[in-house]
Amino acid sequence: MSALTPVSRTPVSFYVPVVALAGAFAGLLVGTAQGSSLLGVIGGAILMAAAAYLTTQVVQAERPSRWALIVMGALAGLVIGGIAAALIGAFFGWFFGWFTFWLYEGRYRAYVAPYLTPGQVLWHHTFRMICGAILIFLITPILVVMPLSFNAEDFFTFTPEMLRFDPAGYSLKHYEDFFTNSDWQGALANSVKIAPMATLLSVSFGTLAAIGLSQPHVPFRRAIMAILISPMIVPLIISAAGMYFFYSRIGLQGTYIGVVLAHAALGIPFVIITVTATLVGFDNSLTRAAANMGAGPVTTFFRVQMPLILPGVISGGLFAFITSFDEVVVVLFVGSAGQKTLPWQMFTGLREQISPTILAVATILVILSIALLTVVELLRRRSERLRGMSPA
Amino acid sequence: MKLTKTLLASTALTVASGMAFADGHMASEMTIVSWGGAYSNSQQKAYHDPYMEKTGINIINDESSPEGVAKMRAQAEAGNITWDLVDLEAADAIRVCDEGLAMEIDHDEVLAPAPDGTPASEDFGDMIVSDCFIPQIVFSTTFGYRTDQVADGVEPPKGACDVFDLETYPGKRGLNKQPIANLEWALLCDGVAYEDVYDVLETEEGQDRAFAKLDTIKDQTIFWSSAAEAIQLLADGEVFMSSTYNGRLFSAIEEQGQPIGMAWDWQMFDLDGWVVPADLPEDRLARVMDYLYFATDTQRLADQAKYISYGPARASSAPLVSTHAELGIDMAPHMPTEPSNAENTFVNNYTWWADYRDDLDSKFQAWLTQ
Repeated sequence: MSALTPVSRTPVSFYVPVVALAGAFAGLLVGTAQGSSLLGVIGGAILMAAAAYLTTQVVQAERPSRWALIVMGALAGLVIGGIAAALIGAFFGWFFGWFTFWLYEGRYRAYVAPYLTPGQVLWHHTFRMICGAILIFLITPILVVMPLSFNAEDFFTFTPEMLRFDPAGYSLKHYEDFFTNSDWQGALANSVKIAPMATLLSVSFGTLAAIGLSQPHVPFRRAIMAILISPMIVPLIISAAGMYFFYSRIGLQGTYIGVVLAHAALGIPFVIITVTATLVGFDNSLTRAAANMGAGPVTTFFRVQMPLILPGVISGGLFAFITSFDEVVVVLFVGSAGQKTLPWQMFTGLREQISPTILAVATILVILSIALLTVVELLRRRSERLRGMSPA
Repeated sequence: MKLTKTLLASTALTVASGMAFADGHMASEMTIVSWGGAYSNSQQKAYHDPYMEKTGINIINDESSPEGVAKMRAQAEAGNITWDLVDLEAADAIRVCDEGLAMEIDHDEVLAPAPDGTPASEDFGDMIVSDCFIPQIVFSTTFGYRTDQVADGVEPPKGACDVFDLETYPGKRGLNKQPIANLEWALLCDGVAYEDVYDVLETEEGQDRAFAKLDTIKDQTIFWSSAAEAIQLLADGEVFMSSTYNGRLFSAIEEQGQPIGMAWDWQMFDLDGWVVPADLPEDRLARVMDYLYFATDTQRLADQAKYISYGPARASSAPLVSTHAELGIDMAPHMPTEPSNAENTFVNNYTWWADYRDDLDSKFQAWLTQ
């Protein structure tokens, strides 16, 4: 992206107070961690204001100043609390070096439209900061889990060894436990048996239902639709209790088929919704054209309609799969110990034995989900490119 | 189209493999419900593994004991008993027995006599608190504290009453999120004599007095709902001291090497054991009885103490308790019944709690949210 607005240097009275403000905020974090918030705020503000003034007005060389700030931050961190703190310190140094010159050189103005008022520029950057903060808020719990899964101890605790980056504080034993413990392997096997079957049922029934319900001549379409997607709206615990008593009477409780059926019922709404959405853009004259050329309804479906709505079917299937793979409430009711799935095992593990093996499993699952989503997205792009729906 | 074929082929594969897995309750399986964690592990090693080896019957562990009573009710109501044997605390066992959810048992007929021929009912003695209950272990709810958080020159805490002493032992404390033991401790530490605790607790004023005592530490207390949580809080140093089960503390101290000390004073003894769900079909019942005869004999009960520091419920097992299976340390000093640990103790009055549990549970939960 090229610059939209020519930039000019800003006055000391502008950037030094702003940097001081940011410094006060950083000082608050560091100070609170060290035991005195007030001292941190004042110290951070003075220190960063002084650094900003010195680097821009006295040293006046950007690159060496910024490197110097990184090194000083790292050293300060090292003095306060070891290697981990040094990394954080270096990050602070890098950030303040960048922030100071970003303000001083007026770069913050470069990529926004020239006619914006200062207030609008401020909002532009504040908005981005809020978005970033939300992303961090959403992702941090997952990021905290990952290092903890390499813990050498049997608790969810960052040990002093881990914070010092001492190799003795880390181990793969929880991963080893996952791959060797028969409880976890049994649960994994059950999940792998249940989820694809449930997905298959959801996708078949959900797609058929969506196609049927998109026909204008079907009576009571809205009512049927509402009933079919109700498992998504009714609280899970109510569905679970209902299924428990119903399945018990007809002999499905505690069986593999029972769990698969229950999960399929939960997955169908996702498929219906995504497929219905793709059908909105589907041109019905294509099916008529196919029929005109002698194709039967089944051929038409598999050759014409299915390929076109495939992205919706696949993403619906993906949601159905994840619903089944993640589900713990219904399986606790409908399943018996013989159908213990991964989430069930994690649930009892959390309750009875807080062991980082759960975190190791969580890490593996996160990586699997990322891989799965990436593959699907790549496939989708490939098929779009092949069909010329988007420029390559 | 290629894609369609791939889809169809994978569909067929999934269906075929799905059908292959779809076998029902196998004839040689038994579902045993217990508490999970270190405790289930000790049962696995002391009872399940040798039994499976001996008979070829596959034992499936279900870690649902925390909601055991509710699930037994649901199964009876749905007319679909999927559990074969359930591990419950004494008070819960009395409840399910009263409700007719568990089977009454003639202990002398079903269980093995002691090696010297003493019948089972005498060997277990007072531990048989209900006709449905087959005792397994004596455990205690007691306190652990962080040894590294005791201030210099301060005597480390000795037991339950130190929890209420915020001056000597500042910091957060952990207590179980249920009234059992907490209310008794509150009264004992408020100066009620041991013999009078349950009489006082029966009255409205007595309950108020107990809650008032708990009020003094409420804002410094983290309430845990599973034993693992209590240990996690201690291991994290999140709390200075916490109540939990002595076997969990043993595992954290000796097996995990955590800086935790034991405070045994006013530990609360409790019993844990098996109940058999009522109305099991003939063939499954026969299997369960065979397992029970095997798993509750003198030697097996003593074997369990090799893996966890809970006392065997049979009198004849006590002399056989030896050393820890992996660490090789002597287990006797870690038992709640060891005289030096048992200076001041009280026994959970199961029958009293069976009557008052529901009422006090709701009062306690209401107090928590105040």
